[in-house]
Amino acid sequence: MREQKDHQSKRFAVLGQRDVNRDTFVQAWPEVGLIAMNSPLDPKPTLRLEGGRIAEMDGRSREAFDVIDLFIADYAIDLARAEEAIRLDSLAIAHMLVDVNVPRQELIGILGGCTPAKLVEVISHLNVVEMMMALQKMRARRAPANQAHVTNWKEHPALLAADAAEAAWRGFAEEETTVRVARNAPLTAMAVLIGSQTGRGGVLTQCAVEEAINLRLAIKGLTTYAETLSVYGTVPAFVDGDDTPWSKAFLASAYASRGVKIRFTSGTGAALLMGHAQGKSMLYLEARCLMMVKGAGSQGVQNGSISCIALPESVPGGVRAVLAENLIASMLGLEVASGNDAMASHSDIRKTAKLMLQLLPGTDFITSGYSSIPKEDNLFGGGNFDAEDFDDWLVIQHDMQVDGGMRPVREEQVIQVRIRAARALQAVYGGLGFPPITDAEVEAAAVAHSSADMPDRDVILDLAAADSFMNGPQTVVDVIRALDRGGFSDIAARVLEMQRQRIAGDYLQPSAIFGPDFLVESALNAPNEYHGPGTGYRLSAERWKELSDLPQAQRPTELVSAGHENNRMRLEEIGPAKRGEQPEVIIAVGPAFGATLHQTLGNLAHGDVLRELMAGISEEGLPSRVLKVYRTSDCAAIGYEGAQLSGSGVAIGIQSKGTTVIHQKHLAVLNNLELFPQAPSLTLGLYRAIGRNAARYAKGMPTKPVAVPTDNMVRLRLIVPTTLMHMLETQEVRQSGPTVELAVRLL
Amino acid sequence: MRYEDIQLEKVRQSGIQADDLSIHADTLRMQALVAVEAGYQQFANNLRRAAELVEIPNERLVEIYEALRPYHSTYAELLMICDELEKNYDASESARFIREAAKAYQDAGLCRRSDKPVQSVR
Repeated sequence: MREQKDHQSKRFAVLGQRDVNRDTFVQAWPEVGLIAMNSPLDPKPTLRLEGGRIAEMDGRSREAFDVIDLFIADYAIDLARAEEAIRLDSLAIAHMLVDVNVPRQELIGILGGCTPAKLVEVISHLNVVEMMMALQKMRARRAPANQAHVTNWKEHPALLAADAAEAAWRGFAEEETTVRVARNAPLTAMAVLIGSQTGRGGVLTQCAVEEAINLRLAIKGLTTYAETLSVYGTVPAFVDGDDTPWSKAFLASAYASRGVKIRFTSGTGAALLMGHAQGKSMLYLEARCLMMVKGAGSQGVQNGSISCIALPESVPGGVRAVLAENLIASMLGLEVASGNDAMASHSDIRKTAKLMLQLLPGTDFITSGYSSIPKEDNLFGGGNFDAEDFDDWLVIQHDMQVDGGMRPVREEQVIQVRIRAARALQAVYGGLGFPPITDAEVEAAAVAHSSADMPDRDVILDLAAADSFMNGPQTVVDVIRALDRGGFSDIAARVLEMQRQRIAGDYLQPSAIFGPDFLVESALNAPNEYHGPGTGYRLSAERWKELSDLPQAQRPTELVSAGHENNRMRLEEIGPAKRGEQPEVIIAVGPAFGATLHQTLGNLAHGDVLRELMAGISEEGLPSRVLKVYRTSDCAAIGYEGAQLSGSGVAIGIQSKGTTVIHQKHLAVLNNLELFPQAPSLTLGLYRAIGRNAARYAKGMPTKPVAVPTDNMVRLRLIVPTTLMHMLETQEVRQSGPTVELAVRLL
Repeated sequence: MRYEDIQLEKVRQSGIQADDLSIHADTLRMQALVAVEAGYQQFANNLRRAAELVEIPNERLVEIYEALRPYHSTYAELLMICDELEKNYDASESARFIREAAKAYQDAGLCRRSDKPVQSVR
């Protein structure tokens, strides 16, 4: 019930307009399953064996099992550990997860005997920091990696190839594409395959379409893995998805029989969104999904709510539950591609906070689809982090010294790799008799940001070509031949090598990606053996150098500018300064003034600053002298030195960077009449006003202090040049050096 | 064709077809052994079933997958697939897996009624 509003808070009005308040928040509603975890309606963990199989699980007897319970009981749970697991205190298991001294393998063993409700009960004891510690240990592969989305709204093939090449060049280990128009599938898959191998040989590519078509694409060699083998947490939801745990398991084996890697897909909120949560919490249903994934024999899973992310996020503890589901997957020994792909919030702050939970500990794939194109070109309804966030992501890696599976790149090299990919695809289209890709399209793709930058193609002709390829006998072998004949033998060799790997079968193993030279890195040959500081995946010196080498990083010396021709004055030291006998204002400058530094942080030439200060003093009818203080670089101390020597006792102290103080004899060193600490905010007009005020103080007249607007961004923007300028000034300090009088010639 | 034989030169000479670029059953069984040793029992079972499916033609493979989707097949049709797998392809583990599926479907009402045509629920 709304309270009567007598007042309207201006602050609350502003808050109401914030991005985060455009997100939807609801109170939990356990009865319909609109609750992240720990629903009172979730089953408690139970298990009973009888006659060598599970007779009761999580409060249901075998007679009451649905097909998901049955599948989990008969394929997923390790019966040898089941009784031990159900008896073990969940809190004790939680401790083992966080304890760096309990090895991953030991945990995998006992967790293999757990029921879905048991896994959820273990997790419920962990806060997010503990979950991150556990995830750091339980991740399957030693090194984290990242996956990219590569799509565009026009489904323009040259742009797909160029973007695929750039994503590979930036370091993504996998690329996922999809279609807006289903019939485009083969040509879209082909463009991303060729583009990716142009950027880096060994990048895995997939095309997310209907399951049977997906399999056909893999058989034709146009994709090298599949991911969207979806499972659902309740039977009615699964049926709506037109599959069962068995059909999905068979599909997994079908891919493997063609030498193609797969992972399944699941996520909190899916069954709820589909109207079939059966009153269970999102995390409990996801735990069922993950056990089906394991039971089916998949090596891995894409989870972390995925497309449904805003649903768990709408209820309390949702983001924690999403981290929990990633952790449960890794607890089951699965490779995890951990969400962060679908739009998670209107607020950049909120979505980035959520990302930290996977980025900092590292998962097998930090995102299951970083939108390597602008979000408006993302056909997944994704774009949580997109091409315009690349530099933010790279800076976070640089800030935290963490590997997020992406590396800094240079513009020229990106353009080169994009051109090459578009040309390679142009050669293939020519060789296969497809509607040509023109040179204009290649050039556009090279520098495009989005499909708005691309000319339109005749989509009817393109779709006809796609149909004939899909229904005809041509395969990736024809593509390889066309690449080779078109002068792209190196790319042809890479595409062929990806096919060769289907024969070897090494990349089928859990959590496998290709490193340089097509060497497989998997949970088998490069397992995660984290057991505390100094162990597991640490950034090598080489990798840290690569990640910290931001193109936008400047040489510090470049930040301090201005040669002496620009300072618009000539200074000459006349001799040690004497105490003044008459009314005057001293202008005391720092030791580098007009010497090794020549302009202020506000880019004002030192000569112009002196001109204004002297003019302001003169307007009030007093003379001025300019002294250079050598004893110190501190602004207040410079002003203090000047005040001791001033005939009126009043002096202006100014550092080379422009920070200014009006000081007076008999005041303590760090006290002042007026202080101007934000040098970049000082204009010539303000310096003249400072001169006038100093003279008025010297004459003993009341005066209104100079008002300088405050800019809170100044320190952020300029703290580095400030530091460097002050360092240069301090280098000129001579502690025993006398203060000298200067003759000033203004130019 | 063996892994070592797949070379670009052979593609140039039109000596490689798409079917050559496919894994052998023995390789899958070997990978399954490696997986078991590393503690991945269920994944190894998947690979062993996959080994049995290598010889099944592509179109038939897709058809069997479709047949396993809810309400697509009668109980009897699923059992016939099991027979086909065992007799024609020596695929005993896959056959057993599908037999277990068939029983689960029947008990749960996920089979197509024999008087109804195949249709998707959607």
